[in-house]
Amino acid sequence: MITVFERPAALTSAKTHYCPGCTHGIIHRLVAEVIDELGIREETIGVSPVGCSVLAYNYFNIDMQEAAHGRAPAVATGIKRVFPRKVVFTYQGDGDLASIGIGEIVHAAARGEKFTTIFVNNAIYGMTGGQMAPTTILGQESMTSPDGRNPATQGYPIRVAEMLATLEGAVYIARVSVHNPQEVARAKKAIKTAFELQIAGKGFSLVEVLSSCPTNWGYTPTESLKWIADKMIPVYPLGVKKPLEEEKS
Amino acid sequence: MVKVLMKGNEALAEAAIRAGCRYFFGYPITPQNEIPHYLSKRLPEVGGVFVQAESEIAAINMVYGAAGCGARVMTSSSSPGISLKMEGITYMAGAELPCVIVNIQRGGPGLGSIQPAQSDYFQAVKGGGHGDYKLLVLAPATIQEMVNLMGKAFDLADEYRNPVMILGDGILGQMMEAVELPEQKDLGKLPDKPWATTGAKGRAPNLINSLYLDASELEKHNHHLQRKYERMAKEMLWEEYKTDGADIVLVGYGSSARIARAVVDKARAEGIKAGLFRPISLFPFPKPALQAACAQAKNVLTVEMSMGQLVEDVRYNLEFKVPVHFYGRAGGMVPTTRDVMEEVKRIVSNGEGGGTV
Repeated sequence: MITVFERPAALTSAKTHYCPGCTHGIIHRLVAEVIDELGIREETIGVSPVGCSVLAYNYFNIDMQEAAHGRAPAVATGIKRVFPRKVVFTYQGDGDLASIGIGEIVHAAARGEKFTTIFVNNAIYGMTGGQMAPTTILGQESMTSPDGRNPATQGYPIRVAEMLATLEGAVYIARVSVHNPQEVARAKKAIKTAFELQIAGKGFSLVEVLSSCPTNWGYTPTESLKWIADKMIPVYPLGVKKPLEEEKS
Repeated sequence: MVKVLMKGNEALAEAAIRAGCRYFFGYPITPQNEIPHYLSKRLPEVGGVFVQAESEIAAINMVYGAAGCGARVMTSSSSPGISLKMEGITYMAGAELPCVIVNIQRGGPGLGSIQPAQSDYFQAVKGGGHGDYKLLVLAPATIQEMVNLMGKAFDLADEYRNPVMILGDGILGQMMEAVELPEQKDLGKLPDKPWATTGAKGRAPNLINSLYLDASELEKHNHHLQRKYERMAKEMLWEEYKTDGADIVLVGYGSSARIARAVVDKARAEGIKAGLFRPISLFPFPKPALQAACAQAKNVLTVEMSMGQLVEDVRYNLEFKVPVHFYGRAGGMVPTTRDVMEEVKRIVSNGEGGGTV
């Protein structure tokens, strides 16, 4: 018998708590596959956030630290400064990273901390029950923007990848999506690039991954994937934000 | 051994290096800035790491990450900055991470002042952040004691897997005294930390965490922590001065204790049988020693740079058997020996003090 598909060694056999149709599971798998392919499972330390992926430490078969809400980049800074040759990553959602933790991520990137952030953007607070996030798009309904996000009173979505790409300490910033198999493959490539640049000691790297939240968006899983393509990507264009093609030497 | 003249903040910093601390994460705030100034130069000389964080909140979370990797790590700040660190401190207490936190207290509340105060006593000894937890809290009164307690703080943090706070104040941070520094600790002989996240090489993954979603598991964890805090009772530290047969025992810690000590001498010169009890460990509070020191006393007087915080613990620990008076100055004002002496006389003559100015 030939094995054609199996669980990556960097994932545990624990059943995840994620809702049906949520793409966190795919993103976990991509990170785990990259860890396996780079042969770094025993040298990697991950930091899980507060939010839907708070229990990521139960799913990654590696050493992990659980951080306070938004503080994962500070925790990762402490880890990486103690172990500069180990591989360190944070796994954070949009409430965690773009709202309460926006200071920590900006300064980690500005300092050029040599770790990787996997930033999962689903445009809503999932774990707490579907409140508006800094990444909620204009007109999007949530528990705290019941009539749709109104820029007059609730402001505009933050484009994290573009913002961080302006910082010199960041060496690689990309936005990817996991709403279809082609994009999943591109997402994995971006995650691998980010880890490789970290291992090469180049600087801060971040991959923003557009992700679905059928439960809190109120769509079916397939409608949710279509919503990413139709509604999110126009606001959050995919691609490598740094280095831009013309900047590559 | 040669003595050197050092500022309190710098002595604390050098003592941390000697104790094997190689990681510092902090954010500027007066009156503790000499600690980061000193360490930003000194740590790289010994192969250590100094990071000026973007905020106190980030700094304490960097400490969390480094402590979770098994490093000897510290941060320092002053009152408003310590308030900001409280989130990280409760997470570290929950995740049982060792570290040393220095609070060179200044006047409050709010932005307060930059002058010395002791108004963070409750915050330091009762937990400070959310949840049931305790810090080991050590309160030096001289620069030499700052040096000695710094080394002890790192050892206690590792032994109990718990954050330890050095509770100083702006006077101690800024004043200079001659100190004798210990030898550099052998970094190869620091305690093993098999629980640390070092990469899961040839073992099951380690996890640094304070989340227990199952209520019964979290209660178990709380019981475990509580037993640990009870075990800390053997770490009680205190100093007594002329308490034998004293009619009035003054109680103070840190800078206030130095003033109270001078008052004891003045009082004795005037025929008043006064003594001083100085708690050095504020948690664990040296209850049996305080009770013994005050066994004969008709009155007890706490001397504080606060509106009355230590006094509550003194009353509680003496089980309300002796009248406990309070004298305090606040906002950066420092009690004078003359004013405390007047208070002692008032209490001795009519059993009533004035309390505060």
